[in-house]
Amino acid sequence: MLETILQQRYMLVAVILFTIGLCVLFLHPNLIKKIIGMDIMDAAIMLMLATGGYVEGRKAPIITDGVTEFTHYINPVPSGLVLTGIVVSVSMTAFFLALTQRLYARYRTINLDEILIQAKKEVK
Amino acid sequence: MKNDDTSLLRRLRSWVEGEDEEHQELPPIVNMEELEPAPRPKEHRSLWHLQDKSRIPVEYWVMAVLVAVTLSASLLYTSLGMPPFDDPNVPTMNEVPQRYVEQCVEETGALNTVAGMILDYRAFDTFGESTVLFAATVSIVFLMRQEEKRPSSRKKKRRARPAPAPSGDVFSGPYTDSVFRGTARLLIPFIMLFGIYVVVNGHLSPGGGFSGGAILGGGLILCAMVVGQERMRRVLGLDRFTKITAFCLLAYAAMKGYSFYTGANHVGWEVPKGTPGNLLSAGFILPLNICVGVIVAGTIFSFYLLFSQEERD
Repeated sequence: MLETILQQRYMLVAVILFTIGLCVLFLHPNLIKKIIGMDIMDAAIMLMLATGGYVEGRKAPIITDGVTEFTHYINPVPSGLVLTGIVVSVSMTAFFLALTQRLYARYRTINLDEILIQAKKEVK
Repeated sequence: MKNDDTSLLRRLRSWVEGEDEEHQELPPIVNMEELEPAPRPKEHRSLWHLQDKSRIPVEYWVMAVLVAVTLSASLLYTSLGMPPFDDPNVPTMNEVPQRYVEQCVEETGALNTVAGMILDYRAFDTFGESTVLFAATVSIVFLMRQEEKRPSSRKKKRRARPAPAPSGDVFSGPYTDSVFRGTARLLIPFIMLFGIYVVVNGHLSPGGGFSGGAILGGGLILCAMVVGQERMRRVLGLDRFTKITAFCLLAYAAMKGYSFYTGANHVGWEVPKGTPGNLLSAGFILPLNICVGVIVAGTIFSFYLLFSQEERD
């Protein structure tokens, strides 16, 4: 058991980070903090992907000195995936912040519960 | 406006909304220190605090906690069964990355395998990614512009806007702090140069359009902080940035469309790959990197412009 935990340490840290982000996203009424929680989840996923392609002793996947053996370099696919993830995470964060700003301009609060209560009142 | 807003929210509001408040009892906030510290009403910090107000059904909270705990526990359990870390034989080390590493120089001309992958083998995905960035910018512009269109906010703003704040507001006018300005003036050329280096050498060394574009965007933000947004906007306004970004997206689409078309139909007018290792090599990867870099830099700088106060005119 302990060996498994040691073996999976990066994965476990990633999952714990993801869990923290998930709990913030689920349980915090403040919209800004929800967005922060989502960013923590993004970071956790990137950590998981980046460690997935790593092998001790291999080099970054940039061909140097004409060596093209696969066993000489780490896996380039996770790096590309993380690159994609960072860009999408940045744009989604900005988009959510803009939406939050609009909600704030409408309801004068960034507490989701208050917003829901006010919205319910409006419907009635 | 409700009276029970906290002072933090007021500050946040004056920050995001600029000086054009609909309610007049709040003075335009120029210096945060000048604000009298208003007594902070109780905020609800936790769900337990909310419960005694009993306005949101308790079941919601119970369900949220349950779902969060269940998901977290199952994730933790699953992570123990994942392929081991630091093992050369994990399932992801299959023939796909092998092909990318071994054939990249030959097939794309790029030394940086990641650049070759995302801008040649998987260029269509990267096009979608740049489109996500562009779509985010456009939707944020849309959201913010709608807010401006409310009547009655425009005229007030013209009158209410004070002269540039003496000490520099958090996000508005130029900073007057001489240490900051001097350091920034020294650093900006190097930041820009480094950003351009990272973009242009994307196919040879670590980096590429995304990372270099982020550096360039950060440099532009620093530049706007030093010279002030009004002057910056005269040179590089939001409209101009949108145009440049759209042009770069179209150029990307045209280049990749060309290589997809000629490649799929075996026309044979391939772009020469050049000698791997030279700056001018790797076919379309260099111009594609430049396009992506400009898109990313423009997006980051537009986010800054949009989220800062003075955008609202």
